[in-house]
Amino acid sequence: MRMDFDLLVRIFPEVLLDGIILGFMYALIALGYTMVYGVLEFINFAHSEIFIAGAFVGVEILLGLQARGLLDGFPWPFVLLLALMAGMAASGLLAVAVERIAYRPLRGAPRLIPLISAIGVSFFLQDLIRLVESLWRNAFNLVYPSIDALNLRLELTETMDVSVKSLVVIVSALLMLWALHLIVNRTKVGTAIRAVAEDQAAASLMGIDVNRIISLTFLIGGAMGGAAGVLFGVQYGLINPYSGFIPGLKAFTAAVLGGIGNIPGAMVGGLVLGLLEAFAASYLSLLTGGAFGAEYKDIFAFSALILILIFRPKGLLGEVVRERA
Amino acid sequence: MIRHRVRLVQALLAVLAVALVPASELGAQGKGTIKIATQSPLSGGQAALGEGIKLGAQLALEQLRGNLTKQGFKVELVPFDDQAKPDVGVANAKNIIADKDILVVIGHLNSGVAIPSSEVYKEVDLPMISPANTNEKITDRGYPSVNRVCGRDDVQGPVGAEFAAQTLKVKSVYVVHDKTTYGQGVAEAFKAEAEKKGVKVVAFEGTEEKSNFDPIITPIKAKNPDLVYFGGIYDQGGPFFKQAREKGVKAKFLGPDGLDSSDLVKIGGKTLVGLYYTTAAAPSTSPQAKKFGDDFKKKFGKNPEPYASESYVATAIALKAIESTVAGGKPPTRATVAAAIRKVKYAGMTGTIEFDDKGDPKKASYYVMQVTSDNPEKWGENKEAKRLAIAAPPLKK
Repeated sequence: MRMDFDLLVRIFPEVLLDGIILGFMYALIALGYTMVYGVLEFINFAHSEIFIAGAFVGVEILLGLQARGLLDGFPWPFVLLLALMAGMAASGLLAVAVERIAYRPLRGAPRLIPLISAIGVSFFLQDLIRLVESLWRNAFNLVYPSIDALNLRLELTETMDVSVKSLVVIVSALLMLWALHLIVNRTKVGTAIRAVAEDQAAASLMGIDVNRIISLTFLIGGAMGGAAGVLFGVQYGLINPYSGFIPGLKAFTAAVLGGIGNIPGAMVGGLVLGLLEAFAASYLSLLTGGAFGAEYKDIFAFSALILILIFRPKGLLGEVVRERA
Repeated sequence: MIRHRVRLVQALLAVLAVALVPASELGAQGKGTIKIATQSPLSGGQAALGEGIKLGAQLALEQLRGNLTKQGFKVELVPFDDQAKPDVGVANAKNIIADKDILVVIGHLNSGVAIPSSEVYKEVDLPMISPANTNEKITDRGYPSVNRVCGRDDVQGPVGAEFAAQTLKVKSVYVVHDKTTYGQGVAEAFKAEAEKKGVKVVAFEGTEEKSNFDPIITPIKAKNPDLVYFGGIYDQGGPFFKQAREKGVKAKFLGPDGLDSSDLVKIGGKTLVGLYYTTAAAPSTSPQAKKFGDDFKKKFGKNPEPYASESYVATAIALKAIESTVAGGKPPTRATVAAAIRKVKYAGMTGTIEFDDKGDPKKASYYVMQVTSDNPEKWGENKEAKRLAIAAPPLKK
């Protein structure tokens, strides 16, 4: 047992880092759920596919560059930025289109109906991506081309190192969260978004075009999801049309955990969930002598959700926007 | 306007119906139709292997059906997509038994799908010949209609363990599996034999994770085993081994035949060169296997995936059994074909196959292979590290 204790301590920083990376990934995806919920009080279950669509656009850009032999020609930050931008644009526009086609006509309907529509869109998009990729590449699994500079590992301590791509995930997630914070809290558009979230009728009386603001919310949430998709692909390497489902579900959990409708809450929820998962997966079998293994990590994640829903139904940070109203 | 459209649709349907009827009546001419069904995943993450099973059977059918067509039979292949899911496989199985012309099923890829589906086939004595299912339960149920041309996990796992202990001389191993009937089964068989051979199993972990293996890899790295064994399939094993190597795990890698696909190196690239896998699929070195590879490439424009050759062999055995039971120019019954399959002796590219009374080959070959190149085109050139011919163990009572 003594040796196992040493081991627990030794791997602690690395597990912490694993959890933080995963947490930021969840946070970026969770933003899409939480922003839409904040404005429309509706859960956009198609967001997991909007997220993976971004990953597919990103991989197509990288594979396209690779086929032309340009992947190593350009500096990697440029290549990555290009893939990120393309993924964000595609996912953002896709989210706007989904809202226009599948949700807006149902806006007056009972709440269950757009929810079912969202689940339908989710299935539709999964198989649409699969169809397009089968026709275009005759492939189901797509592999992100590896960029050597991103795979480089920086040594932090003797036993711990971190890859450049993991740092890129953390830095881009922080930058995007900061940009989002500025947009929502410091700009006129952000004020309009918050106004629509508080009271659609009143906002429209004040001269705000509610439909445009809702589209914009989907655009921003979708773009964040698309960026997360590209980062997901870069970090984990392999995607298929159904890869979005589980991370989407976890990110939704993270959004609820932090308080759905609340932007900082999505971030906190994502980090908490990522850490919980990483620690459960790495430590469970060490702590229980192999009786419980990594396969129980999801039970921990979802048990946390149930506990939060029982004891703090509004999430860790609560629903800031609503409470202000 | 709407009514007009409805009429138009009705008219179109009527035209279609008239156009289709003569075609189906044509098929009913001659002495009858004999169909062989395949069931394998044609979509989803394991479609590369599943497609190989379908195409292997198709090639065998087209090359070997001559004797039956000369007698006036129409011999057809009916491929089904089981999506690697047990529920889909069982639903397909119900459709298959409803089609009286289907005399044999070639399938499946996944043991977890084959076991419940074969319960359906068994109800009507429809014979199944599996090209790929290595789980011991496939034949240990003792059904007279269920057979396989490949090896077993309770031999494949121990073959891997023996190789690890005696050839690689590892002292410790970290075992990870995918929690499926197949992956966990072979991993458990590996673990038991490894312990018997004195290799320390430092952990035994299951995971359904497909993308982020970080939290599983961190403890592996800390425990620094000599070998990491993954019981599962390439679409999960590929990213797992790749991320482990990238994260700095220095151990040797070993896995079962689920890793035997060129897609593995497509996923893992050069991080997976040097990986070992055990397989019951024969490497394409014999002249017969080479001819099969050439024919396959000529017809379908790609190299055969693992188990395509086993599927060819299974289909050839099925056709031979059907030929031997055709009497009086009438298609045989399913039960007579099932009985005939057990009597077939077939010398093909995977060696001579004869079934024992459970449906296992009397002697099956097992190979330990090593990945030599990160080019998926060169998967067929992987190095054979060890070969063993082992009889299936008798049924444990």
